[in-house]
Amino acid sequence: MRKSFNGSRRKPLAATIVIAAGLLFSGGGYAVATNVVESSVAPEYTAEQISEGRKLFLANCASCHGLNAESTAAGPSLIGVGAAAVDFQVGTGRMPGQGSGPQLPKKKVQFTEDQISLMAAYVASLAPGPAIPEAQYLEATGDASHGGELFRINCAMCHNAVGAGGALTEGKYAPSLEGSSAKHIYEAMVIGPQNMPVFNDANLTPEDKQDIITYLAYIDENGSAGGYELGSLGPVAEGLFVWIFGLGLIIAITVWLGAKSN
Amino acid sequence: MSTVVTEKKQGGALAATANYLDERVGIGGILKSFGRKVFPDHWSFMLGEVALYSFVILLISGTFLTFFYQPSMTEVFYDGSYVPLKGTQMSIAYASSLDISFEIRGGMLMRQAHHWSALLFVAAAGLHMLRVFFTGAFRKPREINWLVGFMLFVLGMAAGFTGYSLPDDLLSGNGLRIIDGMIKGIPVIGTSISSGLFGGEFPGTEIVARLYGLHILLVPALILIFIAIHLFMVVIHKHTHYSGPGRTDENVVGYPLMPVYVAKAGGFFFIVFGVVMLISATFTVNPIWNYGPYDPSPVSAGTQPDWYIGWLDGALRLAPSHLDIAFLGHTYPMGVLIPLVGSLVFLALVAAYPFIEAWVTADKREHHVLDRPRNAPTRTGIGAAGVTFYGVLWAAASTDLIATFFKMSLNHVLTVMQIMLIVGPFAAYVITKRTCLSLQRKDREIVLHGRETGRIVRLPHGEYIEVHEPLDKFEMYKLVDFKDYRPTVVRPNKKGKITVGSRVRAALSRLYFEDRIAPVTQSELTEAQSHDHSPAIATSNQEQLTK
Repeated sequence: MRKSFNGSRRKPLAATIVIAAGLLFSGGGYAVATNVVESSVAPEYTAEQISEGRKLFLANCASCHGLNAESTAAGPSLIGVGAAAVDFQVGTGRMPGQGSGPQLPKKKVQFTEDQISLMAAYVASLAPGPAIPEAQYLEATGDASHGGELFRINCAMCHNAVGAGGALTEGKYAPSLEGSSAKHIYEAMVIGPQNMPVFNDANLTPEDKQDIITYLAYIDENGSAGGYELGSLGPVAEGLFVWIFGLGLIIAITVWLGAKSN
Repeated sequence: MSTVVTEKKQGGALAATANYLDERVGIGGILKSFGRKVFPDHWSFMLGEVALYSFVILLISGTFLTFFYQPSMTEVFYDGSYVPLKGTQMSIAYASSLDISFEIRGGMLMRQAHHWSALLFVAAAGLHMLRVFFTGAFRKPREINWLVGFMLFVLGMAAGFTGYSLPDDLLSGNGLRIIDGMIKGIPVIGTSISSGLFGGEFPGTEIVARLYGLHILLVPALILIFIAIHLFMVVIHKHTHYSGPGRTDENVVGYPLMPVYVAKAGGFFFIVFGVVMLISATFTVNPIWNYGPYDPSPVSAGTQPDWYIGWLDGALRLAPSHLDIAFLGHTYPMGVLIPLVGSLVFLALVAAYPFIEAWVTADKREHHVLDRPRNAPTRTGIGAAGVTFYGVLWAAASTDLIATFFKMSLNHVLTVMQIMLIVGPFAAYVITKRTCLSLQRKDREIVLHGRETGRIVRLPHGEYIEVHEPLDKFEMYKLVDFKDYRPTVVRPNKKGKITVGSRVRAALSRLYFEDRIAPVTQSELTEAQSHDHSPAIATSNQEQLTK
């Protein structure tokens, strides 16, 4: 409506300048922010470690991820995924993957700790990425109650309120967290493996992550106060239990009582 | 028991007390007639009793819980002994539920006993209902008692749901949110009902106190009233019995209430109580401390209602989500309305079944002898279809757990369940009906020719026969004592018109009784016995020779 009025007062370059300034501001801001988030610069690895790691990589990973970890049709690029990703994926046995499917399951670990850290060194040398977390955040000495709240808000919708796991779409799933090590839980939050989103340090600070680890450790160590947990799966397990064992036992008793009189 | 005799009783304090009561309230007469009430004996007749005893446990444990539970949604900071919630902001309702679990002596046991017995109550009631259905115990004169029992089942669900929501934890809050969504999905009046129920926008600060009033007052009072009517009618109608020699539609064969069933039922109560306590002491139920306080933002994976609401949750999960209709600026969410209407229709059919069957069979006789399910193939088929329909909906409430546990795609599980929901009942009907008819044929065969013994005998002239062992009378009675129905034909009414109703009735009657196996008649039996391969080999032999 008022186009002519506004247009007449505006210099043709004004829009371009505003857009350029906006882009500069938001792009620069993003770069600064992500720098802050990924400030966990990889620890120094020696050249020897890196070359040993490369050998292991070429023998075990390159067929899917490419000779220079640049990705192939069978596997994603590993440039910039960081040491944490290698430590998590290989350290939980998910990598090297067996066959393709909606999700790679946790399985028996295929490499020794040393081999895993060599491969992590190689992948970390390709580009900066999330490093293996520092030990100070892995101790279960945080605030379990705060961790529980964060867990319910950020994690429970897929992993269930006490980390028993749950279903996602098309055969994908959030695995059970029972027995997961503090290091792997931390790494999973940082790298967002497979179908999991990334919870970077701007989203959940290292202290928050430690609180979540503390909460999960509490759940893991302290069994249910009410007796056997039936898998912490909620009302479905309880309903099955009451039908099969509760009512089953009582029917067995009624049959016994009915039979006595005959 | 004492009789109305004025002279002083011998026999100590008990007799004296009995006499005292008898002289004042005439208890002797009451006990005399009531104590001689006869009940037949069968294990399946005890399922309703289990429900009753579970309800007694619910009353006892529930009363204990009311001493410590506070139905308030005022926010406090938790300061109890459960570490992962220390300092967390929560409602008083949730905090007091946690205190019952962790601080009150015996509180955890009572909470778990209350929850387990609630699960058992509805399960036993449901199973009792199935027993009544499949044995035809709902037929005249018990149709109204079927309705009362149906109301008890629905009230059981209501009691369960209102109680499930009281701890105000994340799980129950999510359940309430779904109810809120369903109410809001009702056209025209939905939003008003929701805001009336929750006292404003969900979740508000009222709902827990309101549900508490319903849960401890209205619903249990209704259940008690309906239980009283239910039992009263059992006394009026007398109990049904399975067929056997001497058991007819005019009598009841069994043991008297006093002393046999008083002792038995009393003992059985303690057995049920013991089983509930054993489970409550060893297995966690509804670990509310795991779920955390209710907060509308998070939803935990594996959020399900208790089992008896599961079929409704399943209906919501299976409903197609893309059929919403926008009309005059309002959206009609079919994903909510189809399950809502569908489940109400299902419940209405369950309630109305005795009347439907009575109308189709046009049978006005009283029935006190129960059917073996196979002897009413169509009814059993219909029941199996209903069970399948309910079962698929019920299973659908755990699609996510089925998917993760059996390593399948959630989407595939849902699609398969959707197909099963439609196809399953028809398949179950046909398979069950045919199985019943085959079993009846087998029964007929056994009655006419006896049981195959596997003993092969060679006759003097060289023929081999298998010896069939005739049934004893008790067994035979079970196999032949059932009613034979035939399809009714369409007849014009008094005005000479054939109504649509009578056509429908004739069509249904054909569906029920077109395929049937008639019970063995006396003449058939005599006929069969006269040329039978009975152990009387000599006779059989002679017959062969004369032929």
